[in-house]
Amino acid sequence: MSKELKTLVQRILESQSLGVLATLDKKNPYENLVAFVSSKDLKNIIFSTAVYTRKYSNLKAFPNVSFLVDTRSNSEKDFHECVAITAFGQAKEVGKKEWDKILRLYLKKHPYLEEFVKSPSCRLLQIQVSKYIVVSEFQKVLEFSV
Amino acid sequence: MFILHVEDVRENHRPQVGGKGFALARLWARDLNVPRAVCLTADAYRTFLQATGLDKKIPLEIHRKNLENARWEEMWDTALRIRNLFLRAKFPRDLEHALREGIDDFFRGTPVAVRSSALGEDSAQVSFAGIHESYVNIMGTENILKHAKLVWASLWSDAAILYRKELGLDLEKSVMAVVIQEFVPGDCSGVFFGKNPMDGAQSVVEAVYGLNQGLVDGTVEPDRWILRRTDGKVLSHTPVLRTKVISPARKGVRLVKIDPKKAQVAPLSQNRVKAVFTLGTKAEESFGQPQDVEWTFRKRTLYTLQSRPITTDLKDQSKDEKSWYLSLRRSFANLQEMRTRIEKQILPEMISEIETLAKQDFSGLSDKDLADEIQRRKKIFASWNEVYWKEFIPFAHGFRLFGQVYNDKIHPEDPYEFVELLRQQSMHSLERNRLLQDMAALIKLDKNLSQKIRDGRLEDVKNSKFQKLLKSFLGEYANLQIFDELDSAPLKRLSGLLLELVESSPHTQKKKLSTARKPLSPEQFLSKFTKEDRDYARGLLDLGKFSYRLRDDDNIYLGKIERQMNRAIFEGRKKLKPRFPSRYLKFSDEQIEKSLRDSRYNPHVERSKRKQTQRHTWQARQLKGQPAGKGLATGDAHVISEDKDLFEFKKGEILVCDAVDPNMTFVVPLAGGIVERRGGMLIHGAIIAREYGIPCVTGIADATALIRTGDSVTIDGFLGLVIIEHREK
Repeated sequence: MSKELKTLVQRILESQSLGVLATLDKKNPYENLVAFVSSKDLKNIIFSTAVYTRKYSNLKAFPNVSFLVDTRSNSEKDFHECVAITAFGQAKEVGKKEWDKILRLYLKKHPYLEEFVKSPSCRLLQIQVSKYIVVSEFQKVLEFSV
Repeated sequence: MFILHVEDVRENHRPQVGGKGFALARLWARDLNVPRAVCLTADAYRTFLQATGLDKKIPLEIHRKNLENARWEEMWDTALRIRNLFLRAKFPRDLEHALREGIDDFFRGTPVAVRSSALGEDSAQVSFAGIHESYVNIMGTENILKHAKLVWASLWSDAAILYRKELGLDLEKSVMAVVIQEFVPGDCSGVFFGKNPMDGAQSVVEAVYGLNQGLVDGTVEPDRWILRRTDGKVLSHTPVLRTKVISPARKGVRLVKIDPKKAQVAPLSQNRVKAVFTLGTKAEESFGQPQDVEWTFRKRTLYTLQSRPITTDLKDQSKDEKSWYLSLRRSFANLQEMRTRIEKQILPEMISEIETLAKQDFSGLSDKDLADEIQRRKKIFASWNEVYWKEFIPFAHGFRLFGQVYNDKIHPEDPYEFVELLRQQSMHSLERNRLLQDMAALIKLDKNLSQKIRDGRLEDVKNSKFQKLLKSFLGEYANLQIFDELDSAPLKRLSGLLLELVESSPHTQKKKLSTARKPLSPEQFLSKFTKEDRDYARGLLDLGKFSYRLRDDDNIYLGKIERQMNRAIFEGRKKLKPRFPSRYLKFSDEQIEKSLRDSRYNPHVERSKRKQTQRHTWQARQLKGQPAGKGLATGDAHVISEDKDLFEFKKGEILVCDAVDPNMTFVVPLAGGIVERRGGMLIHGAIIAREYGIPCVTGIADATALIRTGDSVTIDGFLGLVIIEHREK
């Protein structure tokens, strides 16, 4: 992966608050907007969810996910300026060992979610990313693994 | 620029120092003897918000529920949570350094007043007088900074949020500057109105001994002088019975009895009234319009504390509404007076009324006399209902005030932690629930009794202990609509409920997920106060407990009065049975009364339409309310639309209702969880859910329409979520 591409992905993941998480139930894909933070090495994307949600049940049954982050502004220039990044990977609950460290990282970006994340009925999850697909300039598609 | 001295404030600083700060600077420039002061600027507020994340947390709290649908109790909850966020947030280092340096240098340990100066407030169009907080006699930089945070937080009090909303102001653009002013421990203080709102040719002076905090919040009644606006000639003086005075304490202020000698003399001499008038006139000259000036005399010197334009020319309506918003805040002294009145006068009168009404036997009454009695009892109920709204509801501020002081002292992570200290075992509805539980315990022990209950032959039961309990229970609950029916169905339903209770273990706590922590003790709270203030803290805790208990008991007492009204209506209905054997059960109260008065009257009974509840074409999957009882629970929903639904309630079901009425709390021990349309963390349903450790979510709009009996419902009492798996139609 070129350094520029990695920097671009890092910059976009840092600049955006919300991403689209796609999970799968028995039959259908299911998408949610979630507040996320990514690790600097791009290997992990962290998000949180309440336990009694469809996405959480889906993840428990089928941990493979894709995650979309983009820079669209809902205008014509999106067709040449927007960059969309899709991450593929497996989601798992953040383990006790790393919980404090990951929580700090997450709350640094989303301090207003503290009460939500610390609730006993909320879980912090991390997607262990295996691959990124970066789409820019309308149809330019690049892939890289991490 | 985080801090500005009043003498350095210029015209262009107005957006930094707010209305009050700017007015003080002008008065300072005119040499109106203003105590030395500095302003913490709007930039300081914004920096604090940004650095602590409060700029994003506050909108999250404010938009938790559409404000249009929020009840004031929910607004109070929002305000409490935001206030706690301020208390727990730490100053960013740069800001703290700048403020500390500025305050240390300027005041050097002298006591100060920390006052609100919101941007845009106190213009000629709107007055926020009394809406935001001010604190006096605050000492030490640490303490001043803490109180500055509380002044910032007061921008988000329930009164301030509601008042801004009423005025159509953009909540999220609200910004608060703070004035820190040298504290003047005045001997006599008051306010001056340049123009009497009742008569434009007059000015008004109001004065009290000591500090004017009591005057401003209504705790101490002032002497009042009406002056001629043109030359200050005293037109009248209305003295009052002077009993109390607000004096500086070691920290803050306290309400004390007035020196009896002083009480005989008006707080202002004629000359001093004149001096205040002159001061007010100068203030008016400075601003070009009549002013509302707060002043104080310290020995012979008259100080100007603040000045704002009078806005009472505004239409009366908004004035009335503001006083309502202000009534959302009650002082400790005011609440203590309310308590004495409620405890020593209102409740004994209410109990005596119930007893008198209960003693009366209707058997000898003619039809007309019975109709008169029904009417009399309806009036009695209406008048007590008024007392309920006027006295009992506002008294709920007692436990709210305790909660606020608790949070100020402890800064707990959970802003509702204080409720733990208010909980007690002597609530009436808990006592009544015990009657049912005791009956259930007897059924469990007595096979014969158990069989009779299973056969639905409650009336044949011989067990004397059980009979006694049953009689007490029916005595308590007979005001429920269900017992007005003249058939045996209610007792059958009660049998069903008792059997459910036999199956369950009502005394055991529901399983709940919560972080293990030692139970709170009152000493933990009391130890946060100095010896001098501990009596106040103890008094506040006691007031909070009484107020918390009354929130439950008041409904029960009112329910008993209602029952006495219903008893007469019930008697009337019974008398009409021979005349209208097939229809008498369907008559309205008015029809019963009229039929008793007029033997030729033939009431028309409309065919009852099935109660239409609003149905939506879409289904709710997850709804958000307030997390009023911690824990998680999943079960079948049981929607309560009428009283008889209560008796079909099964153990472990989720109680879904419009509002948990204290008269229906007997099913709560059976419930797996509670969902309530009415919102609030401290409403009756929430209180009782916490008593039993049951997950509870309140404030779910349309709960009884969106959730159907039989739906599988999960309650997340931590996040305030209700997740619904709809039963197939």
